[in-house]
Amino acid sequence: MIKDEDLDILVAVLFEKYGYDFGNYAKASLKRRVNRLMVIDRLPSFAELLYRIKSDASYTNHVVQELTVNVTEMFRDPQLFKTIRDEILPGLATHPFIRIWHAGCSTGEEVYSMAIMLEEANLLHKSLLYATDLNPTVIENIKRGIFPLSQMKQYSENYIAAGGKKDFSDYYTAKYEWAKFHDRFKEKMVVATHNLVSDRSFNEFQIILCRNVLIYFDKILQDKVLTLFDNSLEKLGFLILGSKENLRFSSIASQYTQLAHKEKIWRKMK
Amino acid sequence: MEKDEISPGAVVVIGGSAGSLEVILQIANRLPLLPTVVIIIVIHRKIDNDSILEDLIAHRSQYPVKEVEDKDPIIPGNIYIAPPDYHLLIENKECFSLDTAEKVHFCRPSIDVTFESVAETFTNRVIGILLSGANFDGTEGLARIKELGGYTLVQTPQSAEIDIMPRQAINRNIVDKIVDPEEITAAIVQFVNGLP
Repeated sequence: MIKDEDLDILVAVLFEKYGYDFGNYAKASLKRRVNRLMVIDRLPSFAELLYRIKSDASYTNHVVQELTVNVTEMFRDPQLFKTIRDEILPGLATHPFIRIWHAGCSTGEEVYSMAIMLEEANLLHKSLLYATDLNPTVIENIKRGIFPLSQMKQYSENYIAAGGKKDFSDYYTAKYEWAKFHDRFKEKMVVATHNLVSDRSFNEFQIILCRNVLIYFDKILQDKVLTLFDNSLEKLGFLILGSKENLRFSSIASQYTQLAHKEKIWRKMK
Repeated sequence: MEKDEISPGAVVVIGGSAGSLEVILQIANRLPLLPTVVIIIVIHRKIDNDSILEDLIAHRSQYPVKEVEDKDPIIPGNIYIAPPDYHLLIENKECFSLDTAEKVHFCRPSIDVTFESVAETFTNRVIGILLSGANFDGTEGLARIKELGGYTLVQTPQSAEIDIMPRQAINRNIVDKIVDPEEITAAIVQFVNGLP
């Protein structure tokens, strides 16, 4: 286990030398990530880690990727997706153009889930899904649209639990251990790096999804990012957070109404 | 040291897997109200979004019971439950944090992760309790509790529906006390009263 002082040094070096700001990340989780990185890369000491980061920019990319958690799945929390399908998408049908932002979407499973639901609601043709993450490496995967075939059984079950009626395997082509999703989905995606800590609002959206990203931030940064979302969401737009995240104590809470008690969906009222 | 007044006097952290629910309910039912103590429960379960476990425990206990949400404050006199599909961490003495990182021993929440995090924050004011389970989760975390001056307790393998988890810890030689389920609450009270 690295010491708190070491963590502070690492955070300072990543910021000063490379511009990555982990200063307001939640410490307990970040510390676990650093320990995990040192085990995976078989680094004998914290000094060794620091030396490699200082001397090798490409290694730093790897460090940033490993310090952030990139665990995601298609139709994760199926009930949430069912609510989006049943209660949000029908209302969007009247819009001439639909813009959705998946902030901190990692390898893009959630973006493909949404694209599939939009297609089934006959809305994909007039939608654009903005998929952003701070890791340049993970978002490359969104452009490829290739996911492990071993996951498809679980994703198919999630899809059905989320109200999907079709044969999930119609949406991809299986090849060896991989499932390649059809290109018509990615044609509707805008994939870019965006750092929630340091980058600004870049458009106005009807839906913003940011699930299980805020848990890695401290309250100060959470509030800053929620304000960024507020500035990027049109009136009556929807903000969707992770199943254990809450808007309740944030500075933007008073402008929002929670849609259904159990789901973490808020609607911007003002 | 004003800060210490709001910090918990002791932290009871309980980890269980297959066969542990009955024991956890029994502990929740028998444990007398200890207003300075925080109780944290990590139990392996299927991913679901309902709050059955929260209700089951709350129904039997004098303590308010809460499934943890991100950055919830740690308030003495409460029982907290790790939510399904998240690791439960201690951010600092005042609040929890959650993490969806990789599973540990095929588990999320992992008992090891929470035990280790509790040990690092609350050191010698921790009692770690490991119950029935068909898994290797919990032993590493219990070792960390012991290493940082906390107290470690496991259910007797004979009383456990599945004895793999408690046996694993016993074999590691890090267990202070091995007791039957009926004696666990008394051991908790004894530990809390014995603290300076």
